[in-house]
Order: sequence, then C-alpha cells, then structure tokens
Amino acid sequence: MAQQQTAGPPATGHADLAGEFLDRQTPLSRIRNILHRYPALSPAIVLLVAVVVFGLLNDRFLRFENLSLITQQVSVVGTLAIAQTLIILTAGIDLSVGAVMILSSMVVAQLAVGSGIPGPLALLAGLVVGLGAGALNGFLVTRFKLPPFIVTLGTLNIFIAVTLLYSGGSTVRGSSMPGLLTWTGSTFPLGPVRISTGVIMMLLLYGAVAFILGKTAWGRHVYAVGDDKEAARLAGIPVNRVLMSVYLAAGAVLAMGAWLQIGRTNAASPNAGVDLNLDSITAVVIGGTSLFGGRGSVWGSLLGALIVGVFRNGLSLAGLDVLYQTLAVGVLIILAVSIDQWIRKVKS
Amino acid sequence: MTATEMQPSGTAVRQPILQARNLVKTFGRVVGLDGVSLDLYPGEVLAVIGDNGAGKSTLIKCLTGAEVPDSGELKVSGQAVHFKRPQDARAHGIETVYQNLAVSPALDVASNLFLGREERLAGPLGKLFRVLDTKGMRRKAKEELTRLGISTLQDVTVPVENLSGGQRQAVAVARAAAFGSKVVVLDEPTAALGVRESNQVLQLVRDLRDRGLPVILISHNMPHVFDVADRIHVQRLGKCAATITPQSHSMTDAVAIMTGAATA
Ligand SMILES: Nc1ncnc2c1ncn2[C@@H]1O[C@H](COP(=O)(O)OP(=O)(O)O)[C@@H](O)[C@H]1O
Ligand SMILES: [Mg+2]
Repeated sequence: MAQQQTAGPPATGHADLAGEFLDRQTPLSRIRNILHRYPALSPAIVLLVAVVVFGLLNDRFLRFENLSLITQQVSVVGTLAIAQTLIILTAGIDLSVGAVMILSSMVVAQLAVGSGIPGPLALLAGLVVGLGAGALNGFLVTRFKLPPFIVTLGTLNIFIAVTLLYSGGSTVRGSSMPGLLTWTGSTFPLGPVRISTGVIMMLLLYGAVAFILGKTAWGRHVYAVGDDKEAARLAGIPVNRVLMSVYLAAGAVLAMGAWLQIGRTNAASPNAGVDLNLDSITAVVIGGTSLFGGRGSVWGSLLGALIVGVFRNGLSLAGLDVLYQTLAVGVLIILAVSIDQWIRKVKS
Repeated sequence: MTATEMQPSGTAVRQPILQARNLVKTFGRVVGLDGVSLDLYPGEVLAVIGDNGAGKSTLIKCLTGAEVPDSGELKVSGQAVHFKRPQDARAHGIETVYQNLAVSPALDVASNLFLGREERLAGPLGKLFRVLDTKGMRRKAKEELTRLGISTLQDVTVPVENLSGGQRQAVAVARAAAFGSKVVVLDEPTAALGVRESNQVLQLVRDLRDRGLPVILISHNMPHVFDVADRIHVQRLGKCAATITPQSHSMTDAVAIMTGAATA
C-alpha cells in the first residue's frame, strides 16, 4: 500500500517543474518558443534576408518587373501549396496535387475548345474534376484507413494516365480558348506598374483560406485532427468528416490552380507541371508547416513558395548555373525540416 | 452483502443517473469487459479501482461513447441510450477526462477547453462567416478556471504542449468540470501529479459533488479513493468483483478484493 502512494508520481511532477524552469531560462529556448508560436516567422526572416542579399548582389533584382516576374512564376505552385498545406496540416501528404491540377486544366480546355462549351461551364467542370479527385483521395484515406502517402501515390498515377488518355497527349493552345480561360494570365495597370491577375487571385485565395483556418471552428478542427487524431476524436470532433472536407477543399483549390496554370502558360498541356507535386511540398515545408501535422500556416507556405522563387531568380541573375538553384532548394528543405524538429522539442 | 444492492448511505431507493448492465467488450481475443454492471446515483462519488488491465478504462470508455460495447445496456436517467461516439455522451451531459488526456497539444488552453463546441460571434460575422468568438471564449475560459480554483493556469493563450503534466491535467479536468451537466468521469486524473496538484484535483471532485454532480473517479491510489469516494466499484479481470464503501471495508480489504485474495 505505502509503496503505491509514494512511488513515481511526485518525482515526475518535480522533474517536470525543473525542466520547465530550465527551459524558461536560456535565450535560445526563448527564441525557440517564439518560433514555435509563430511558425511563419522563420520563413519570413529567410525571405527578407534573401531579398536583401540578392538585391545587393544585383541591382536588377529589386526592380518591380523582376519582383513581379517572381510572383507570377510562383503563382501556380503557390496555389497548389495552399491545397498541400491543408492536407499536411492534417498530418497527411498529397502527391497528386500536380496531376489533379493538370487533369482539371485539360478537362476545362478540351470542353471549351473541343466541345465548344462556354467558358464558365468549362471552369465549373474543372471544379467538379478537382472535387471528384479530392473526394476519391479523401474516401480512400478515411474509409480504408490507408496512409495518404500511398493513396495519393496511387491516384497520382491514375490521374496522369487518365489525363493522357483523355487528351490524347495533345496540348490545347490558349489562343483557341475562350478569353475567360486565359484571363488569369492577363495583367492590369495599377499606377505606373502592371499587376498580374493570376497573382492577385492567388493572394485572395491565400487570404480566404488563412481566414477560414484561423477564425472558424472548422479551421481549429483541422489543426486538432492533425495534432492528435485520437484526442480530437475523444474531444467530440468528427475526425473523418473533417478529413474528407479537407480533401474536398484541396480539390477545389487545385481546380483554381488549373485556371491559373492555363492563363500563366497560355495553354493546357498534359505534360506540364511534372515537378509541381514536389515543388508544392517544398514550399509548405520551407514555409514552416510541420510534416507531422497540426502546426503551421498557409502564409508560411506563400513565403516558402516565394523563397524558392527568389532563390531561383536571384541565383540565375547572379549568373550561376541552374544546378545551383536546385542545390540551394535542397539545402533549404533540409534546413527547414531541421528547424522544425528543433522547434518541436518545446514539447519536452 | 451483495455488490449491486449497495446504495449511498442514507438514501432511499433512488433512480440512478447512469446505469450499465452486463457490458461486454472484446478486443479480438482479449476480453476487456466481461459482463459489467454499474449504477451511479445523484450526488455521489463512485470510485472504480482495480489492477492494471482489469478493464477500468475500457469500462468508462463504454460508458462515455469512446468505445461501443459488444453487448449490454446503458441508461441515462432511466432512458436507454446507445452512444456511438464521444459527442453522443456529451450531448447527454456526460463529460470525461480520459487516461491518455484528450487534449490537443498545439492548441492553446482556451481552444482546448472549447474544442468541439466552439462559440461563434454574435451578429452577421458569426452567422454568415462563422467567425469564432476567440476573445469571448478566452474570457470564459479564464473565468471557468478561476471558478474551479485552478490558479496555475493564468495565461489561456499558451499552447498546451508548453504546460507541465499537472497543468495539462488541470486543462482536461477543467474542461470536463466546466461542461459536465450530469456526470463527470475522470480516468486516473492524479496519476501524473505531485502531492499538491493531486489534492487540488481531489478538492475539485468534492466541489463537483457538492454542486450536485455525480463523479466517477478511476484511481490506483487507495488513500485518494478512500478520501473522496462514497462507494467503490472494484474491477477485477474484466468483471466487477464487488461494490463496497469506505465505511464497510478497509483499504487492506479493498486491495485484497482487487487482487483476488479475498471476496467481498
Ligand atoms: N484498444 C484495445 N485493443 C486491444 N486491447 C485492449 C484495448 N484497450 C484495452 N485493451 C485490453 O483490455 C484489457 C483492459 O484494459 P484497460 O481497460 O485499459 O485496463 P485498466 O484501465 O484497468 O488498466 C487489457 O487487457 C488491455 O490490454
Ligand atoms: Mg486505465
């Protein structure tokens, strides 16, 4: 009896207190706590430093046309990164984002050009494709309890094959499409400069998703499910319904990405965007969202996409071989994941 | 003296708030619960004791919708219920602190308190855009913690993962105490706590009872159990070995029943 009373528990209580006491002490752990609380902070710092350094290296870098070019270059991958963030926040991963986007863009283009369906209806069909793909991924993840990595590896191949079968492997040129489809590639004047419509649409989408994630119960449940699925279930959150809705939302975002892709490339090509899957994951990871789920933000992913764009652009302006861009992105990914691991140690 | 006829001292025949009959729960070949019955009466603290693996956690999971029993009946205030998920039990006013602490580490204290029942802003922002009333929930969380006498949690915006084990426990207990309108169930709430924190939780259990809320308390700690319990359900090898009271039996007796060295 007496053993039961005095064993273990009080001692662990003290160890906890001591650990916490030490944690509060060092400046390093204070930094860690701040980074932990604001996951978009470290990518923001990296982006700022990169912009300053590349600006000093080459005075063409900071010109408005160049900065505008960078944002246009990241608009499609930035949009895919929104979908990817939603899924990674639930501790999943989506290898099929690029394939879904290409499939959606091919359906939109073929319907509009091949079948002569009006632009808005064709876009609606693209949205249905995105939602259908999301529903398939979500169904397999929630119903059969398959790991998202495996599910989306499978659907990635399926969507690629379906795209090629459906399109016959041929590209649809933008000039043959209704104007609405390529409108996302247009620019409009704002004072002395020209702004890209696609970039504005991407930013609006970021704002909308950030709002939903941060201000609604659904957003909070997305974080809770990614954080600890069982705890979320016991707290009364319908875990499978949340997961399903996340995959559907991702599908809708990807349909939007398809529209941006058509405008940006002024075409719909079944062979485009083979790198987009991994690039979207890269943006999310560099943006400070944890691959373990439950921690991160969409704004971080925008910063991540911008960081990749800035490095690519800055290094090429500096006259370095394109291989160095790839090298730099690789280093950034490993750096970002290491920082995430370090930050997560706050959990003690 | 048979187990099921015991009632809180000084009460006439009263209707149990929670009533379980012959609950069976198996996990593959493992029998977690082998026909367990339990009654919880208004205003009492019912302790559940038993060795590791005796089925205490499985029992309360079946009572609170976290597990669905293979067979058996469950009644709340005399009415048959079939809980399929935790929110079903919550809807009946049954709040639970599970042994593995169902808190979300990355969310802050206030978000955890309101997890799964967030409150929206009044007006169009809340109705149309479903915007959460974050400020209001933080204020209420603070009020609730103060009311419950949990003083260690001043800042409700701290992520739960930054808290000590005792503080996390306090968050989980506070959530159950704040929202439980009929029954509060606590699975080993003092297991990870120091002496002072344990006493706080025990005081909270007494406070809940004094407010009229019946409590089911699972614990390994005999002094704690004999300190607060009105009745004690002894679980052994998936069955209810006996239901005793601190008056009718000593701690040594209870341990003997628990380990099978004696019967009630
Ligand atoms: N999810 C599960 N899967 C398989 N076996 C389980 C599960 N939950 C509990 N058990 C088994 O059921 C028995 C009772 O466990 P539990 O209720 O956790 O005991 P206690 O809480 O009294 O320590 C144990 O043998 C345990 O291994
Ligand atoms: Mg247990």
